[in-house]
Amino acid sequence: MNWGQTPGSDDSAPLGSDPILELANVEASYGPVQALRGVSFAVPRGKIVTVLGANGAGKSTVLKTISGIIDPQKGQIRFDGEEIQGRSPDWIVRRGISHVPEGREVFPLLTVEENLRMGAYTRRDPGGIAEDMERVYEYFPILRERSRQEAGQLSGGQQQMLAISRALLSRPKVMLMDEPSLGLSPLLTQEIFRIITRINREQGTTILLVEQNAHMALDVAEHGYVLEVGRIVMDDTCANLAKKEDVQEFYLGMKAGGVRGERRWKKKKHWR
Amino acid sequence: MGLPYWAMILFAIASMAIVGMVAERIVLRPVLGYPAFTVVMITIGLGYVLRGVVTMVPGWGTETYALRTPFSEGILKLGDVVLAVQQLAVIGMTALLCFVLYLFFRFSRIGIAMQATSQNQLAAYYMGIPVRRVNMMIWGLSAAVAAFAGILLAPVTFVHSNMGFIGLKAFPAAVVGGFGSVPGSIVGGLIIGLVEALAGFYLPEGFKDVAAYVVVLVVLLVWPSGIFGETVRKKV
Ligand SMILES: Nc1ncnc2c1ncn2[C@@H]1O[C@H](COP(=O)(O)OP(=O)(O)OP(=O)(O)O)[C@@H](O)[C@H]1O
Ligand SMILES: [Mg+2]
Repeated sequence: MNWGQTPGSDDSAPLGSDPILELANVEASYGPVQALRGVSFAVPRGKIVTVLGANGAGKSTVLKTISGIIDPQKGQIRFDGEEIQGRSPDWIVRRGISHVPEGREVFPLLTVEENLRMGAYTRRDPGGIAEDMERVYEYFPILRERSRQEAGQLSGGQQQMLAISRALLSRPKVMLMDEPSLGLSPLLTQEIFRIITRINREQGTTILLVEQNAHMALDVAEHGYVLEVGRIVMDDTCANLAKKEDVQEFYLGMKAGGVRGERRWKKKKHWR
Repeated sequence: MGLPYWAMILFAIASMAIVGMVAERIVLRPVLGYPAFTVVMITIGLGYVLRGVVTMVPGWGTETYALRTPFSEGILKLGDVVLAVQQLAVIGMTALLCFVLYLFFRFSRIGIAMQATSQNQLAAYYMGIPVRRVNMMIWGLSAAVAAFAGILLAPVTFVHSNMGFIGLKAFPAAVVGGFGSVPGSIVGGLIIGLVEALAGFYLPEGFKDVAAYVVVLVVLLVWPSGIFGETVRKKV
């Protein structure tokens, strides 16, 4: 594992190298509240990239705008050589972007297996779907054991595993992950992140990972962006970011306090 | 209309499916994403409006019609039990409808997607389910089922513009069985029906009408989410 790269070396500048996903001056708002104030960044093909930021910085909004849940007012989103802003969510899923939403958002009364089938909704190849289902059961064997149980009966960690698996079933080129560690124990968090790196390496899936708590994210990703009130304020390799004082203070909680305690108070947000 | 019974059924179901989809498109889509209560109130309101409009149609709006069915008027005797063939046909067709709907919601991709959309609309968007189209199909399907139910009911109650009020009986049935559970609503319906019949027979006049609500009260005290109700534990 060689995520830590030498600062300043050539391969630490991914912006130039074949980005699969690129945002340029994206602005988005909820009614009068402007959540994104001109966000630009790039995600290189096959890499894990993280976006860090405090509560309300706009991280989830970035992901929702990419997956077409929210239409940006300005700016372009380019995916695999094609502009996708303003397209419908199902068109975007078909193109190869899938989203693991914040707070898991499983279908509570459907079984685990039915949830997975819904992840493959846009596909019409039963053979390939069965193969992928097998693969996610291999990633998370507990899901196979519980495949006939309702998703609402799963524990938080298992629901997170289901949410990730479900997103994998559309066979995405890019997977957007919104705080997969939210509310999980440190041990479970580690397991989830282990699988995330495995997905990235074994299937070459590009991963855009949003995190509030930066420890795991900086460990697992190659490049990182820091988002503050709707703007990107830092952009560097994760190795470099981890050395910066503000990052250490605000996101790694190396000074007294830290953001960790706040996370429990997050409410489920209403949409629309 | 001079159509044969089966063609008439198909025509009624298909045209109601279209009415359902149009209602979704015009009345319900604007409130997409609002709480379920809003949607329920709107559909009840829409029901009153449509009923009012139909009653205003001169000539047949206020009439009561009989529906001739191909099932014989005969009766069937099984020992002491006497059954009308007509009613047996209704029961049989209801059972068949339930079975087909069960298969549809349990196994078909679109049926599962309809459940998914009603359970978590945002997540449905994330999965790439075309939520609006699916919603339209849901309303089309429910209107079609309502049409079929109306046809089944017609030989028993005759056809008139207020026959929809029997639907108010379906509400306690669904509550007793547990909302969202298909076997639950069938069992709920049977319980309500039996209790009503027994109350009408053994208890003084008037008890029949409140019996359903007494059952609802008792059941909810024992099983707060209905007999087959799914207790969704929200885990944080
Ligand atoms: N549905 C909404 N309606 C109105 N404002 C919203 C809505 N969702 C988010 N916002 C606002 O937009 C801004 C960015 O929100 P967003 O959810 O993207 O933040 P975030 O970085 O994901 O935060 P968190 O760490 O809490 O998930 C915040 O100021 C938030 O209050
Ligand atoms: Mg968020």
